[in-house]
Amino acid sequence: MSEFVIKGGQILEAGVLRAADLLVRDGVIAQIGTGLNATRVLDAEGAVLTPGFVDLHVHLREPGDEDAETIETGARAAALGGYTAVVAMPNTRPPLDDPILVRAVQAIGADAICEVISSGCITIGRDGIALAPMGEMHALGVRIFTDDGSCVMSAGLMRRALEYSLGLEGSVIAQHAEDDSMCSGGSMHEGEWSSRLGIPGRPGEAEAIIVARDIRLAALTGARIHFLHLSTAAAVDLVRRAKSDGVRVTCEVAPHHFTLTDEACASFDPAFKVHPPLRSASDVAAVRAGLSDGTIDAIATDHAPHTPESKERPFEEAPPGMLGLETAAALTVTELVKSGVMSLTEAFAVLSSNPASIAGISDRHGAPLAEGRVANICVFDPDEEWIVDPVRLASKSRNTPYAGRTLTGRARHTILRGEAVVVDSAATR
Amino acid sequence: MKHLLSVDDLSRGDVEDVLDLATSFLAVTKRDIPKVPALRGKTIVSLFFEDSTRTRLSFETAAKRMSADVMTFSVATSSVKKGEGLRDTVGTISAMGIDAVVIRHSSAGAPQRVTEWIDASIINAGDGRHEHPTQALLDIFTITQHRGRDLSGLKVGIIGDVRNSRVARSDAKLLTALGAHVTLIAPPTLLPESVESWGATSSLDLDSVLPELDVVMTLRVQHERDAQSRFPSLREFTKRYGLTLERAARMRPDALVMHPGPMNRGVEIAGAVADGPSSVIDEQVTNGVAVRMAVLWKILGSGGDVV
Repeated sequence: MSEFVIKGGQILEAGVLRAADLLVRDGVIAQIGTGLNATRVLDAEGAVLTPGFVDLHVHLREPGDEDAETIETGARAAALGGYTAVVAMPNTRPPLDDPILVRAVQAIGADAICEVISSGCITIGRDGIALAPMGEMHALGVRIFTDDGSCVMSAGLMRRALEYSLGLEGSVIAQHAEDDSMCSGGSMHEGEWSSRLGIPGRPGEAEAIIVARDIRLAALTGARIHFLHLSTAAAVDLVRRAKSDGVRVTCEVAPHHFTLTDEACASFDPAFKVHPPLRSASDVAAVRAGLSDGTIDAIATDHAPHTPESKERPFEEAPPGMLGLETAAALTVTELVKSGVMSLTEAFAVLSSNPASIAGISDRHGAPLAEGRVANICVFDPDEEWIVDPVRLASKSRNTPYAGRTLTGRARHTILRGEAVVVDSAATR
Repeated sequence: MKHLLSVDDLSRGDVEDVLDLATSFLAVTKRDIPKVPALRGKTIVSLFFEDSTRTRLSFETAAKRMSADVMTFSVATSSVKKGEGLRDTVGTISAMGIDAVVIRHSSAGAPQRVTEWIDASIINAGDGRHEHPTQALLDIFTITQHRGRDLSGLKVGIIGDVRNSRVARSDAKLLTALGAHVTLIAPPTLLPESVESWGATSSLDLDSVLPELDVVMTLRVQHERDAQSRFPSLREFTKRYGLTLERAARMRPDALVMHPGPMNRGVEIAGAVADGPSSVIDEQVTNGVAVRMAVLWKILGSGGDVV
């Protein structure tokens, strides 16, 4: 049976780094200690061992847009980014609104080098009209229900979805909070820059209005609501207050919303086009503050691959979305840890334990490394500097907004169920 | 000057050059044989992804009067959306060996993107709601013909569907850079989010501003860019912001009435005002050819004296 030791690294325990080797045998953590040995050794000198990262929000494009990404290539990008689990959004073609489609994604994902967790649609076809068979999908293990890419616009239907989810243990309704009626035709944040560039805007209030509404609906129903990719100061503030009021609300932010502002759109490069859009500097500051004070539970990538052809269009015509899996942890370290917004322990919490708990997979992801647990591990070097080269990304697509950026921090090894799927920042299969 | 994408690319010296050259070229266009060999051997492609009559004809006329070879690439928006992307389209054209592309596109920034893909000079003939730099130059040329080169303190009002207007943005920025005071006059729903970033001020009340204006520039209400959902009806728009005969009577006697065209007569401007004594709308069209000759010469020519 397979056995190897991760040697020379440090393990975070209650916020304190302690030197330790970790022995993996037959898929589980067999032993944690010093001076451990095995025939096969993975070097962890200078690196930190953490539970593998969990991404609540990725678009793997399969089925339907396999020229942009597949479950296999997306999972490879995830593993290289230090992830051991990703939640696949259901806005594929066709959308994952039926148990048979969920089954297909689960079957294809079974061979991937990162655990692929299928979400399911809230409404049939993501049309916002009738509830999808949430219970049947729940029976297959689906816990996150979302129409991501579209906002559930009807308050009445959103209330029913939340209420219905109360009968599906461990489930959560995840909302793409942008009021369509305020955003239609918009391609960037509405503000000074959209005004300069003549690009129709998507106002920040479109997000805050839905967040405010859905917080009321969550309070009314007692159900769990999760807000996807929040981007505005107003929304973060609403969530902060809702949490203190005891509403069952969680939220995530994407790295581009704490690293980039709407000014980037002045290049007219659609690499910077995303929904919700890159916001103002004050929104970025508020997102960082929300990460710092714990209002924001998770960093999720919203990894959204698009083929070069589809992004080689004028800004307004290009599809929204950017890659994220291979840069998220590094951006977290570079932009948040190194600048003192959060500690490395807190960074690992928003990248791993918190999202694992939201997705209901804490039995195998995100829990502190301990003997007997499934070996889903990231060996992360917080000091490695590297340059983002789109051509060298494992994703099938190239639409990163960080091309040429020097980042600090990189996953050196990733262990999935005891298999070293990434060794020395290269995928083993 | 390699490209003309935005009025931001133009220094005051560039504008002076264009105005000087346009004055010379205007004389050329009035000769019996209105043609000079200035750009013989140069190939210019006009690539219009959006409907246009006057801008396209104006550029093509300008290029022909400079003896350039003009290729007209017709693009039905639908076929482009279906098949070939912008990059492939311009790549194909570029492979034929050309010197400049005059491009109009419904999406802001499209001309700038094209500069990243091909070597030819790119001239922006209107990109979405963003900019229309040659329109601003010809408007300024027309104003200077009546008011002289010094525009400092000149009061210019731009009225109507400002928010959707690339002409308004280019005019406001360039006029402001040359010292004029620009007031954007529209209902709140047709003003941009950030008037300040255009260098302009704004007013919601045409009647209070109109008597002070030296230049009264009206804009077409752009049905195709959602303008109609931003006010109740054209009738109401005309009542509140239309340049009617009654309003025109309250203008300064020497005020200039301008319109970039095409006009909706009876909506933003009364036909009698457009054809009236204060109107310089036809001059704008005539000057457009001369100004575009000047721009083509500045971008493609030797830079020397041509006329």
